Amino acid sequence: MDGRTGAPEQAPGHGRWSWIGEGAVAAARGAGLCGLAVAGSVLLLALLLPLFMTGLEIGLLVNGPGHWPVAQAVGERVLPLAGLAVSLLLYPAVLLAVRRLATVTRRLAGDWCAVPISDPYLNQLADGQSGYRARLRWLADPATRRDGQWLAVNTLGGWILAAAPAGLMVYGLLCLLGGSQGHPVVAPPPAFPGTGPLVLILLGAVFIAVGLWAGPRLLRGYGLLARWLLGPSGQAALALRVAHLAQTRADTIDTGAAQLRRIERDLHDGAQARLVAMGMTLDAADQVLGDNPAAARALLAEARESSVKALAELRALVRGVHPPVLADRGLAEAIRALVLDLPLRVHFASELLGRPPASIESAAYFAASELLANVTKHAHAGQAWVDLRHRDGTLRLGVSDDGCGGADPARGSGLAGIERRLAAFDGVLALSSPPGGPTVVNMEIPCALSSPKTSSC
Amino acid sequence: MRAVIAEDLFLLRDGLTRLLQAHGMQVIAAVDNGAALLAAVIADRPDVAIVDVRLPPTFTDEGLRAALAARRAVPGLPVLVLSQYVEQIYARELLAGGAGGIGYLLKDRVLDGAQFADAVRRVAGGGTAMDPEVIARLVDRSSADGALATLSPREREVLGLMAEGRSNAAIAARLFITERAVAKHTASIFLRLGLQPSDDDNRRVLAVVAFLGR
Repeated sequence: MDGRTGAPEQAPGHGRWSWIGEGAVAAARGAGLCGLAVAGSVLLLALLLPLFMTGLEIGLLVNGPGHWPVAQAVGERVLPLAGLAVSLLLYPAVLLAVRRLATVTRRLAGDWCAVPISDPYLNQLADGQSGYRARLRWLADPATRRDGQWLAVNTLGGWILAAAPAGLMVYGLLCLLGGSQGHPVVAPPPAFPGTGPLVLILLGAVFIAVGLWAGPRLLRGYGLLARWLLGPSGQAALALRVAHLAQTRADTIDTGAAQLRRIERDLHDGAQARLVAMGMTLDAADQVLGDNPAAARALLAEARESSVKALAELRALVRGVHPPVLADRGLAEAIRALVLDLPLRVHFASELLGRPPASIESAAYFAASELLANVTKHAHAGQAWVDLRHRDGTLRLGVSDDGCGGADPARGSGLAGIERRLAAFDGVLALSSPPGGPTVVNMEIPCALSSPKTSSC
Repeated sequence: MRAVIAEDLFLLRDGLTRLLQAHGMQVIAAVDNGAALLAAVIADRPDVAIVDVRLPPTFTDEGLRAALAARRAVPGLPVLVLSQYVEQIYARELLAGGAGGIGYLLKDRVLDGAQFADAVRRVAGGGTAMDPEVIARLVDRSSADGALATLSPREREVLGLMAEGRSNAAIAARLFITERAVAKHTASIFLRLGLQPSDDDNRRVLAVVAFLGR
């Protein structure tokens, strides 16, 4: 879903000739990246244009027009000034284009070079905030400057890494062509012994093979180079982390406050009101006790009924705040209890050797509860699967069903709410729910397990 | 009838004691933790032990573990477990042995003294007394799977009441059918769950175990 979920796993190559296909793909992708590099060079010029124009103007002022024959020829000082004005006017658009290009490069580095790069920008444009000044504020972001540096590095030679696979192969093909026609089409490498047809064919084959073999590796190198400048610097990564923490902390506090308000309201409207009613009923019973024992008895029965209802409401409230079985037995047993109460067949598997911290247990439990409630309500599923395990310092919870699919986090607030709550623990949620199903939800929360408590039986 | 009570809150312990005494039972020990319960049942061999799930020192499911330990120490000891909330997994653990003499009720049920005393007697007599709240959720989902899926809705209803510990007569009264109709349903339930016609009481317990123990 985002950079934090880690690098996509490289699919292992199948068959002994798969490297040829991979190499060809890498060459094509490298050529595409070269195209981007050309666009980047143009943008780099646009970025530097105001500087150049200013320099020109200063040069004119200091030295007089006589030393600048070109400018003199096209109209003395008007051109540099006009150029400066135009380039400054266009500057925000250029900045936007640079950022778009960098963003595309980041995505392609992840998709094509297997080097995922996360976004380094600090001051993203908020909705409704746009225009000249807001864009110019991007200049204060170190990431913008690093984008510019990337354009320079890419223009000055970075592109060679991306172009190399295709270049090697084209050179090899030209050698082959020369070999088949009997005379070289391109010059062979210097100090190459002879240009006979067989030698040229052999040379071409070797170059093509090297290009194919080295393609993915060169592309990866290009990706790493891009990450060096396009990825967040150490300081930017920290700043992003701080922004993320501030956001999730605010969310957590809001959620906690909202829950407290809900508890207060539930107590006020539920148990508290019933206790008041009970007291009044008991008082009434007290008053009629002497004259009308039958009526008193009825009132007492009513009071008892009130107390039963108050208890039921308190029980429901406690379940919603922190289910007792979660406190008693931990996450796995609590989810097992949850699953037992559902009106459909749920296969539950768990591998937990110990207990996560209580707050994470609670978050995971309510996430599972919400997801299973969704399955029962919306999925029209026959069966569901819940899988709970802890591997590599990460708690993983998977919930899937064979229902109708089509779950959309954007429509209901449920999934978004889970995602927000998990974010407080740096947890992530991945959803796959094509129309027609099946729906698969995976959650991951980094955490350590405490040593297992002594088991009950 | 001689009972032992394990409950850590004084008010409830006192109330329970008075309630049982009011219904003609004798409370031979009223303790406030699991270890004391174990000592009491071994020393006094009561007819029934009434245990709160949440006991010190952990205040989690200490009472449940103490009840299971007591049943291991004194095989066949009837145990009635009380709790502020009921969970199916706890009901299953209590019934896991397949033996009777098990009750699992919400604490609210003590508010109806006569019914509660009735449940205590049923458990002491080797029957079961499962809380209607456990049963209700079971009936909801038992259509989903297992041998229970072959039961008709009416049979599931009868099985649920059986699990609560009702006699055929009480089930008949609740469902507004004749006792003979109830007997027919129970025979059909036993057949479909593959329970042999031996001791009828034990078969009722086994049916409940099948009900809970999927």
